[in-house]
Amino acid sequence: MAVLIDLVLLSMLALTALRIIFLKDLFAVVMLFGIYSFLSALIFINLDAVDVAFTEAAVGAGISTVLMLSTLALTGRKEKESKHSSILPFLVVTVTGAALIYGTIDMPPFGDANNPIHQHVAPRYIEQSPVEVGLPNMVTSVLASYRGFDTLGETVVVFAAMIGVLTLLSVRRKEDDEAPDSGLKSHRVLHVVAKIIIPFVILFALYVQFHGDYGPGGGFQAGVIAAAAIILYALVFGLPMALRVISPKFLQILAPLGVLLYASVGIYSMFMGGNFLDYNKLAHDPVHGQHYGIIIIELGVGITVFAVMLSIFYAFASQAERRNVS
Amino acid sequence: MFFLDILSGVLLLVGVFFGFTGALGLFRFPDFFTRVHAASVTESIASILILTGLMLQTQFDLNTAKLIFILLFLMITSPTASHALAKSARHGGLLSIPESKKKKENS
Repeated sequence: MAVLIDLVLLSMLALTALRIIFLKDLFAVVMLFGIYSFLSALIFINLDAVDVAFTEAAVGAGISTVLMLSTLALTGRKEKESKHSSILPFLVVTVTGAALIYGTIDMPPFGDANNPIHQHVAPRYIEQSPVEVGLPNMVTSVLASYRGFDTLGETVVVFAAMIGVLTLLSVRRKEDDEAPDSGLKSHRVLHVVAKIIIPFVILFALYVQFHGDYGPGGGFQAGVIAAAAIILYALVFGLPMALRVISPKFLQILAPLGVLLYASVGIYSMFMGGNFLDYNKLAHDPVHGQHYGIIIIELGVGITVFAVMLSIFYAFASQAERRNVS
Repeated sequence: MFFLDILSGVLLLVGVFFGFTGALGLFRFPDFFTRVHAASVTESIASILILTGLMLQTQFDLNTAKLIFILLFLMITSPTASHALAKSARHGGLLSIPESKKKKENS
């Protein structure tokens, strides 16, 4: 049954990808990208990778669709006709694709217990993490504790993305925003429903943030969901209102704060006589130390991801708004 | 339990039927507003029936509560989405079929 579902989902994924290549209307392409992300999330669920599916649904289908739509507001929705001949790119793609498919022949059989990936470090994580880290959600143990250094790197990458975007596109505020004008002023229904939904979205983000030790979730997903709540507010009530609620300056403080919080846990554990990010030294009991460490670094990840996602959205949306005004 | 299984099976089947008619309508209906109507059938009645059918399959524990929350959330958001879609199409100047016919006759 699982194989059948996989086959259906994979063929739908291939069809979506083909459609994306041939469509010229970029608005439809963005929507199809959202569908593509949802389909991949479903495949991840079918593979029992719930945390990854969660991230894919929140980031791929949620935030990046909104960001691409706000980019389209700046660039226009039609793809330009290419004047170059497409034979050489086609050749390159064919050769690369053939090499990749040839590479899959050497791959071990799908789902076999004797595969190298199940023999290398996975048995240790599965056997030792309940004793060493003591979290019910093993994914969080691996992500935040065993692979804590990698996750610090990922958080820094997210932070670097924000620096890149803000260098190119600064958040512009109109000086005379005395009367915040909403783009959807007449949408009374949307206003009411958004006011009902937004507190629950933020509550859900906090749940995902602090329940990540016990179930699917964690800092990355929670940050994205919280940012989505503010983005919804900006879309329904207008960007100036959202800029008043959470100002870009505040976000520019929050984003490095999350990274620093994460890194300072590492430095602190060094002061306590351990290695960098050695949570065992954070408390008298190593397992308690692990719990404290994971909660603090997940909080750092969540703060950074929230600030970065929202800053990038502000940067794009304020450019689009300025263009509409002028 | 046997009775509940039958009931949940019936609910799931009817839900799938409505989902299918929604998809069919999305492809076959003539203009935007009728298509939005077909799509909103999928996300309102079909999801209500399917989620209720799934609720009857649980052991009436935390999973049931989660399904109820999903149902509540869907019942608030998806009609709003359909409404916003139709309203912004109106706002953009899209006419329904009878209206555009009338416009043609008048001009």
